Amino acid sequence: MKAIKYTGLLLFLIGLAIFTGTIFTGSFSLTQTELDNYIQEKGYKSEILKTELKNAVVTNKSLNIFEFSSRVRGAFETSNNFYDALIAKYDAEKNWDKKGEQYQYKVYGKPHTLSYNLAKKAGKGYVRDNAGLMWFLTFGLGIIGALLFILPNVILLGKPGIKNNGIYLNSATNRGAIAWLVLVYLVTFYLVLYFMADYAVNWTYILDPISKALNGGEASQWFVYGFLYCVIMLTMGVRMYIKYRHNKYQIVRTTSVLFFQIVFAFLIPEIMTSLNMPGYDFKNAFPLDYDFFFDWNIENLTNSGGIGIFILVWGILLTLVIVPVMVYFFGKRWYCSWVCGCGGLAETLGDPYRQHSNKSLNAWKLERWLIHSVLVFSLVMTIVTLYCYFSGTESLIGIKSQWIKDTYSFLIGAWFAGVIGTGFYPIFGNRVWCRFGCPLAAYLGLVQRFKSRFRITTNGGQCISCGNCSTYCEQGIDVRSYAQKGENIVRASCVGCGICSAVCPRGVLKLENGPETGRINPTDVLLGNDVDLMQLVNKK
Amino acid sequence: MEHIVIIGNGISGVTAARHIRKNSDKQITIISKENKYFFSRTALMYIYMGHMKFEHTQPYENWFWEKNNISLKEAFVANINTEKKVLDFSNGEHLSYDKLIIASGSKPNKFGWPGQDLEGVMGMYHKQDLENLEKYAPNKEACKRAVIVGGGLIGIELAEMLRSRDIPVTFLVRESSFWNGVLPAQESEMINEHIKDHHIDLRLGANLKEIKADENGKVKSIIIEETGEEIFCNVVGLTAGVSPNINFVKESGIATNRGVLVNRFLETNVKDVYAIGDCAEQHDAIGQRRNIEAVWYTGRMMGETLAQTICGNKTAYKPGHWFNSAKFLDIEYQTYGWVFSERGLKEGETYFQWRHPKDYKCITISFHKESRQFIGINTFGIRMRHEIFDKWLTENQSIEYVLEHLADANFDPEFYKLHEGEIMEKFNQENGTNIKLQKKSWKRIFSKA
Ligand SMILES: Cc1cc2nc3c(=O)[nH]c(=O)nc-3n(C[C@H](O)[C@H](O)[C@H](O)COP(=O)(O)OP(=O)(O)OC[C@H]3O[C@@H](n4cnc5c(N)ncnc54)[C@H](O)[C@@H]3O)c2cc1C
Ligand code: SF4
Repeated sequence: MKAIKYTGLLLFLIGLAIFTGTIFTGSFSLTQTELDNYIQEKGYKSEILKTELKNAVVTNKSLNIFEFSSRVRGAFETSNNFYDALIAKYDAEKNWDKKGEQYQYKVYGKPHTLSYNLAKKAGKGYVRDNAGLMWFLTFGLGIIGALLFILPNVILLGKPGIKNNGIYLNSATNRGAIAWLVLVYLVTFYLVLYFMADYAVNWTYILDPISKALNGGEASQWFVYGFLYCVIMLTMGVRMYIKYRHNKYQIVRTTSVLFFQIVFAFLIPEIMTSLNMPGYDFKNAFPLDYDFFFDWNIENLTNSGGIGIFILVWGILLTLVIVPVMVYFFGKRWYCSWVCGCGGLAETLGDPYRQHSNKSLNAWKLERWLIHSVLVFSLVMTIVTLYCYFSGTESLIGIKSQWIKDTYSFLIGAWFAGVIGTGFYPIFGNRVWCRFGCPLAAYLGLVQRFKSRFRITTNGGQCISCGNCSTYCEQGIDVRSYAQKGENIVRASCVGCGICSAVCPRGVLKLENGPETGRINPTDVLLGNDVDLMQLVNKK
Repeated sequence: MEHIVIIGNGISGVTAARHIRKNSDKQITIISKENKYFFSRTALMYIYMGHMKFEHTQPYENWFWEKNNISLKEAFVANINTEKKVLDFSNGEHLSYDKLIIASGSKPNKFGWPGQDLEGVMGMYHKQDLENLEKYAPNKEACKRAVIVGGGLIGIELAEMLRSRDIPVTFLVRESSFWNGVLPAQESEMINEHIKDHHIDLRLGANLKEIKADENGKVKSIIIEETGEEIFCNVVGLTAGVSPNINFVKESGIATNRGVLVNRFLETNVKDVYAIGDCAEQHDAIGQRRNIEAVWYTGRMMGETLAQTICGNKTAYKPGHWFNSAKFLDIEYQTYGWVFSERGLKEGETYFQWRHPKDYKCITISFHKESRQFIGINTFGIRMRHEIFDKWLTENQSIEYVLEHLADANFDPEFYKLHEGEIMEKFNQENGTNIKLQKKSWKRIFSKA
């Protein structure tokens, strides 16, 4: 059994190494026609850009992606610098007409995006020519290896039951060297994905055939991310099924997040795209889906006929009606740990790291400040955007629509949700984003705290203060501090994953939806003691 | 300001301190030698098993004590001078008190076995025992086998701990079946099976004769009394029960028997000296309870009660209905009211029992044959609601009523398979009755007794 596990681990690492290694392979160059077509398609008017790009990428040299990228970005900057200098010059001369003329020659967007778009056309080499085989050597080996590593647990873990043995004795799950290595890998991955996608263009070749089959187009870096996301969730979902095989709630919940990720977040949008509709994730609610009210999205939707209007109405209904009503009946868990993609990854890939959330009172204070600030930020951004969209202006009370959208996308969308949110799993736990950053979670949390039937019931006086519940709470709730007082847990941040209840050795905790009266029940003297004393002390 | 000094920072001492603070601004000092901060003894096993770190077993953050103006003193009390109201510490220091609460807990029993103080022999009670275990049984290479002596709750926890590191375990249990002085046979036998599932070498009806040393004074083997068999091992765990940890009280004039003797108000024979928790012994047992109740909950309840008395609201210790819980490897156990083993069954009482055909789940309900009154329930592998059973016990409900409304009491996580139907069917068959299961009702669940 152990041998199978280690073989699996080895295969997985080989797959991961090949996957990572593909980045460095292939050669990149364009023909003049390819370049001209692209420039025409984009409508770039800068002659400088044309010449510079020609010198950079129309070549017989075999450039790897890093050289290619650096050349393209160089061309991009040379061109923009040139026109910026002109603008400055005419500005100094107060020659406004001339100054204004220069702007059309500037290239907008990010250098790495231009590089990615060109690289996607420019790549040649083994990976692109052998997508199928490469798929097997990367994804295939990864999946097989991971499964070989995970499946023996059916036997190795012994009888069904809570098996957290060794979690704090293992480098990978106890913030040891392995955990830090994983952190570095994940953070690098996200940095590449968000900010240097061109470096990972080889990955998109591996998935081109699958992408074409699904939506008719070639794979983008986001397709790679979506596909990888599903694969990781599925594989780590298998691990969840084995680890919690005695716990029906965990089994059902895991099935639910897998379903919503694969069908709603991945397949449906892909299929919609192939049918020339706007690809839309029907479960992704604003303000988590922060660009839902961005001008380009509204435009896109209103131009897409009936389905576009339907999506627009659905998106608004989802946030304003469906989400809060469901939270009233079932708590925020119906979204955060049953449906949501971020939650889904946290509950599968992130499960081995759930114990790292900080349980201190200070962390709780920080949480409330941060998450509500992000909520306010997202709302302000949306108001500004919508105001500008409908009034045709560029800013509201001095806040520029474009600026605030860019800032939010960069700080919250990319850094917080991605790089920190997932990259830091191995050290800070699997729900950093959900706990400190997600504006939707903040909104659901307010509903859950003040108007909901959901609570975690504490079973009278049975708690022995052992601390398992708090330790394994991914949201950093000090569950024990309530349980040992015989008090139900009603907290905005609780995502209802149910693990506290699972790990409690005394059967103290139960997630349930019940009447609102008696949901919050402060006690000082617990059930089991003198009835008169309980009444005396607990009357409040 | 009155100075309240508490010896022992376990659940009972700390609960008393917290409640005294809630109700007063008296000066409070808690003394312990074991660890500066309160931690949960019940969680010691999880540290060794790697589920938690020691810091996770501390229910309050370290700033809590200063914020609540509770002083902590790390020292060992060697003697109590009740005349002068002064504590003498083993390091020569002294501390005077106005009121003293003895909450010094228990220590593992040792019955004078030859070799019981050898290196590698340990109990499992204090933090230091855990450190010892980590030293002598860090892994299966250093510890080729461990022998555990005494089949109680701590013994089985120790076995589980060692098994989590794949260390072979021999488990000597004096009784003919695990914990059958407390558990009915059905349950005791189920646990026997489960222990063997975990590859623990369970020896029933086996007593320890002696522990043998190697040339370095370390444990080498043990001899079983009944068979004379020698079992080679590197670690011996002594878990044959606990007794009050009160050696330092002996010279003080405070009356003791096995524990510190107290009345219903938790007062000792000496004015302004009280005792609570594991170390307290009631002069007269309360109901069917033992005079010394060495469990977490009673320690807590005594702390809650005594704080009232100390703060001027003199209150007797009157625990409500008995309840308890434990976990035997993977099987959770809860009990509400009184269920005694067959030997302990009272006149006129009987059982209704059900066991799942495959899974490790079963229940035993004790009830009165004539009056049908429900007396208590043991449940294994099924969680039940404390409040509901507490209410039913107060209301003196009949067994039929309890079974009819069993769905109200279920506390398993959502989507779990429920067994009330099968349980009911068995009862109907055995008793020729026709009880029908009522649907779960929030209204009943939340109505107070
Ligand atoms: C491994 C284990 C598992 C358990 N599991 C359960 C369970 O599941 N359920 C349950 O109900 N109970 C359980 N118990 C029993 C429960 O832990 C005890 O009943 C409870 O901790 C007793 O609390 P206490 O406050 O009376 O004493 P303790 O927790 O023993 O605290 C007393 C403290 O006083 C200190 N002290 C003693 N003498 C002196 C002195 N002279 N000077 C200074 N300090 C001194 C001791 O070092 C100790 O720190 C378990 C016990 C153990 C050991
Ligand atoms: S896991 Fe259970 S017994 Fe332990 S502290 Fe939490 S509620 Fe209490």
